Amino acid sequence: MVVGSIAGDVLPPDDVVVTALRAGDETMFATLLDTWSHGMLRVARSYVSTDHSAEEVVQDTWLAVIDGIDGFEGRSSVKTWVYRILVNTAKKRGLRESRTLPWSAFERDGQPSGGHGPPMTGRAEFTAAWPTPEGEALAAEARGLIAEALSRLPLRQRVVITLRDVEGCTSDEVCDILEISAANQRVLLHRARTAVRGWLAGYYESVKQPD
Amino acid sequence: MKRFTCDQLVELLTAYYDDAIDPTTRDAVRTHLSCCADCRGYETQFLATVRALGDRPVEPPPAAMRTRLLAAFRERRAGRLADS
Repeated sequence: MVVGSIAGDVLPPDDVVVTALRAGDETMFATLLDTWSHGMLRVARSYVSTDHSAEEVVQDTWLAVIDGIDGFEGRSSVKTWVYRILVNTAKKRGLRESRTLPWSAFERDGQPSGGHGPPMTGRAEFTAAWPTPEGEALAAEARGLIAEALSRLPLRQRVVITLRDVEGCTSDEVCDILEISAANQRVLLHRARTAVRGWLAGYYESVKQPD
Repeated sequence: MKRFTCDQLVELLTAYYDDAIDPTTRDAVRTHLSCCADCRGYETQFLATVRALGDRPVEPPPAAMRTRLLAAFRERRAGRLADS
């Protein structure tokens, strides 16, 4: 399963992007904004407690990109560079919030906290048939379930699975953005996928129609 | 010949699909999957999960944020070009 980088499909090569941004090409900046912002909001939202905070993080990131593009040295891809600024900005903001909020958004990695919604199911449900999301209603339902499942993951798992499976980053890109090893990235991704699968399996099992 | 239990097998799926395991292990994963319907069922759900995760509408950023940032780009870059 090779999942290509989304950005690679629609954006020109990095050197073209960088030259255009430095020259003040607003159309190029708008293209980057429209291509990446929504994914950036999703990633930022993993670290901070509200949609509004996430928006501010994304906005601050783009301002840092505008100011920093002249100094961009091309040691990583533009996308990795932007996402790294995003993650650092979001982390700082998240830490600040965790000191002022009554609860901490920073859980330790491990099993997601249970007790709500469908149970995480294991091997017993291997052969349970899943509906194929053909209708738009079913697809919307699956999207809602997935958003719910993601929100319950421990922070680092949530960030990795969001970058890899939702945003379509490659393994190398994720390691670069988060500055983690490939092995660590894989463990976090696998735990996250396993938890989300369990969540979906539990849900589909609970709504299964009798044959 | 390497063999896995079903519990070991499912722990390898991400590494298997990332092509991050050695050829001997990879062959053992394939052999197990080819003769274990339960694990094939799990694999199907696992892949369906990954597909579902990537299935989200492409949305533009919130309009107000977009407008603010385009204005900021215009101002800051114009200032910079004028300075140089």
